[in-house]
Amino acid sequence: MTLTSKSILYMEDVFVVFDGFKALNALNFSMDRGELRCVIGPNGAGKTTLLDVVTGKVKPDSGRVVFKEKTNLARMRQEEISNAGIGRKFQTPTIYENLTVRDNLELSVKQDKKVTSLLFGGASPEAQERVEETLDVIGLASKSGWRAGLLAHGEKQWLEIGMVVVQDPDLLLVDEPVAGMTEGETEKTAALLRRIAEHRSVLVIEHDMKFVREIAERVTVLHEGAVICEGSIDHVHKDERVVELYLGRGSEEHA
Amino acid sequence: MPGETLVDRMEKKVGGVVLVIAAFWFIVAMPSLNAFGTPGSFFHVSDFTLNLFGKFLAYAILALGLDLIWGYTGILSMGHGVFFGLGAYCMGMYLTLEIGGEGVYQSKLPDFMVWNRVKELPLFWKPFHSFFFTTIAVAIVPGMLAAVFGFLAFRTRVRGVYFAIITQALALSAWLVFNRNEMNLGGTNGLTNFKKILGFTLTEASTQRGLYVATALALCGAYLLCRWIVKSRAGKILLAIRDAENRVLYSGYTPANYKVFVFTVSAMLAGVAGALYVPQVGIITPGRIGVLPSIEMVIWVAVGGRGSLIGAVIGAVGVNWARSYLTSSYPDYWLYFLGGIFILVVQFFPDGILGVVRDAPRKLEKWIRRTTRTAAGDESLAPVRSEG
Repeated sequence: MTLTSKSILYMEDVFVVFDGFKALNALNFSMDRGELRCVIGPNGAGKTTLLDVVTGKVKPDSGRVVFKEKTNLARMRQEEISNAGIGRKFQTPTIYENLTVRDNLELSVKQDKKVTSLLFGGASPEAQERVEETLDVIGLASKSGWRAGLLAHGEKQWLEIGMVVVQDPDLLLVDEPVAGMTEGETEKTAALLRRIAEHRSVLVIEHDMKFVREIAERVTVLHEGAVICEGSIDHVHKDERVVELYLGRGSEEHA
Repeated sequence: MPGETLVDRMEKKVGGVVLVIAAFWFIVAMPSLNAFGTPGSFFHVSDFTLNLFGKFLAYAILALGLDLIWGYTGILSMGHGVFFGLGAYCMGMYLTLEIGGEGVYQSKLPDFMVWNRVKELPLFWKPFHSFFFTTIAVAIVPGMLAAVFGFLAFRTRVRGVYFAIITQALALSAWLVFNRNEMNLGGTNGLTNFKKILGFTLTEASTQRGLYVATALALCGAYLLCRWIVKSRAGKILLAIRDAENRVLYSGYTPANYKVFVFTVSAMLAGVAGALYVPQVGIITPGRIGVLPSIEMVIWVAVGGRGSLIGAVIGAVGVNWARSYLTSSYPDYWLYFLGGIFILVVQFFPDGILGVVRDAPRKLEKWIRRTTRTAAGDESLAPVRSEG
């Protein structure tokens, strides 16, 4: 694994230690531009910590975290990282419940985010155009005037994905998007993520193996803070360690 | 908006009309009835009542600011008494200097300084000879304290209960500091015995009327300012910070900047409120600064309805009106009443008085619909039954 011009995200020898517990243990992880990658692993494998490190919420104790081959993320603040082009969708829907669906998107658009610009100025026509486009993509155009808190669980998840997309990130991090979704909603989400991945790099953390099978090009398996296996979903399924450590009986059901 | 009913639309219109009527009543009608009404008649507002409402309206300005930070941004400040006090003391210093040589000791220095054997007017008092400087200082001094305090607190991500506690610590320490005679601000007794403002005698009814009108206009301006802020896109970010701060952060905003901004505006409004309060009440002491008054201010907003500007105004005027009524009629029970009403509101009416008024038509509509449906129940069920 090396840092190349194709890399969108490159992590080398990353350690994160919480009170002696190695959440990330010499993690090496790399992802190319345009990739749709799934990261799986049992609870406590370090999946969410990986996202926390990339977004600057958690500072690594050592190691390199490089975005687009030259941006060193380890020293940047969270909002700087967002503005550099990394968007994150949280596990539970995190939206502005008391604002309309349109406002939720409009505030998230890539734009000047100083207090004075928002106090004195309205949204630019380009921003509004991006909002309309995104409303169509996430399928909420007919509900654009709704108070976001009134949306169903699945719709809230799509709205948040939309909020991350209008930020126009190069890399999208998505944490367990289909948890608690109905089968129909899960399918729509898979289609949505595939569509987004046409123009951007997307990293998805997921437990739902059926969903992973549906969207993933490459799968990375995390265990105890390190990568134990990487490859196509079939490759991962055949790996003995993965079967033993993580997939267990679940893999037999889905195999 | 979905679910928008006839009631909602009516409400919007009625709301505007009520607002204009209220503004007219407080700015024009009350002072006119005070000036021209025949004393004793129904159409007369006494000097005492007008002065009382002048004080309430000053409190309402503070409540607006407190609502901006607490109701809209979700940050509870339990130290707004400090900002109120700073504005009040700035104005108090001006008024004290206006006394000139007419004090008890006939000295150019304020009485308490003579008493404390201070020989020369401290440097920080000198600019307060100027009324113009004073009017700016009443907002800028508390604003600057809030900006620095807010910057330190919000940059280090102090939030929620922790922020509430450190603002309370701020209130306590400010109270201690203002109590010290060495501060040259009158110590425990504060600043009082004012005589004149801009050359007008404060005891004159017309001066007090002028101060009342100034307060009512300032409240009107403060309301428009707050309304403009909450309706702007920055105002939406404030709500967004309240509801999902992490999302705001991950969308590339720096929430701390928005918090410092709104905290500063809030403190400036509190300072203006304090400055309008002093000439109408005639005294400012450290007792108005500490922990208790700061908590009381929070209760005004909670009772009126946080997250609504009108609610904050209703709360400040309503609670203080009840206070002045109860403290004169049943002086022993006021604190029980205040505590009781706070518990009641938190338990049963989280949106305060305004929430109750706002939801009343909708609840009534629902109730009517339910009862009519029950009444028509037999008919509507009939065809189903016959098919079954």
